[in-house]
Amino acid sequence: MDGIHDMGGTHGWGTVTIDPAEPVFEEDWHARTFALGLASMGASGTNLDAFRHALERLHPLEYLGDGYYGRWLRAAETLLVDSGVLAAGAVEARARRLRGEEVVEPADVEVHKPSYERGGAGSLRQIDDEPAFVAGQQVRVRDLHKPGHTRMPAYVRGRVGVIEARRPAAVLPDSTAHFTGEDAQHVYTVRFESTQLWGPNAEPSTVFVDLFESYLEETP
Amino acid sequence: MTADPRAADRPPAALRAQALEELLTERGVVKTEVLDGFINRYVNDVGPLNGAKVVAKAWVDPDYRSRLLEDGTGAIKELGYAGPQGEHIVVLENTREIHNLVVCTLCSCYPWPVLGLPPNWYKDPAYRARAVREPRKLLAEMGLSLDDDVDIKVWDSSAENRYFVLPLRPEGSEGLSEEELAALVTRDAMVGVAAVEVSS
Repeated sequence: MDGIHDMGGTHGWGTVTIDPAEPVFEEDWHARTFALGLASMGASGTNLDAFRHALERLHPLEYLGDGYYGRWLRAAETLLVDSGVLAAGAVEARARRLRGEEVVEPADVEVHKPSYERGGAGSLRQIDDEPAFVAGQQVRVRDLHKPGHTRMPAYVRGRVGVIEARRPAAVLPDSTAHFTGEDAQHVYTVRFESTQLWGPNAEPSTVFVDLFESYLEETP
Repeated sequence: MTADPRAADRPPAALRAQALEELLTERGVVKTEVLDGFINRYVNDVGPLNGAKVVAKAWVDPDYRSRLLEDGTGAIKELGYAGPQGEHIVVLENTREIHNLVVCTLCSCYPWPVLGLPPNWYKDPAYRARAVREPRKLLAEMGLSLDDDVDIKVWDSSAENRYFVLPLRPEGSEGLSEEELAALVTRDAMVGVAAVEVSS
């Protein structure tokens, strides 16, 4: 999906400052949310790709508003509500009660975790398919406009690059995030000249993007 | 029309986090000790010191350096570092001619086993947006000015491969032990936004 999360190359964000004394977690709730985010995947019967998609599905204001762990918190809640582990509105109601409001919490709903087969732990898989591309080959990124989860950044869509290396095969996040199967496939690091991405006046650099085989096509 | 998710009276995130933890522990869905364990692991055990030890070893041991560049995951595991967000780690070697920089434009993918959790600047939209478009300008703003004849390679962690930069060994570090070298290596250098320097 095209969304707020797909930030590569977008303008208007200002500059970045490094705080060398930054702690691992700046606030206690950041630490709790980090742990709750990890736990939410197992508790909701989902997976990391679904978690990333839950982040992407947030309203842009929600994605940015409470910062990094703010969005983790909302994503965790989204997965748990989607799976019926928590009722919609349950977290909001409890949070209001915690600050003294008289709010009725919603009744529990039926748990309905997604059912899907996993081919093993983690994301990497051994597959027998012959790789479609070899290192050094020129490829084009397909003009795909998927409404759901994908790991193809918009800034490479339709662009021409060169296969730098083949990496271990992995489950396709576009499928696993939606629990439709693993569709494990080859993954390639594709090299793009910055002028191919940002026009002839681009600052010179080379950009490497990891792309799943089904995102790519041969070029004539 | 979409309801405004930023309504003025919404409970703050800290309260929502507390609410979520209460609801899940009450239902027996998660255990407090398990959550504490996740936090302790990344506050106390897994952080950039792991990566610094990898870098220092590669600087003093040419065989290890070769293995590290050939099979990052395996060579890193030799030192006991593996785990989530480290299924396949690719090590990128900086040279006088080539500077490598790592980013995740889509979220915040980062090699946890060697660097721990990502710092704020890595997760900042400005970093995610600009690293792939104007890396030289961005690096200069972040305090690293590269000579014009240094080629910049930017690696966007868009799948499950995780990238880790082997920085240049600084001049003046010739007599230092592996342990002393590890103490010089910073998190930021292993992502590619800083150089390693011998402290004066």
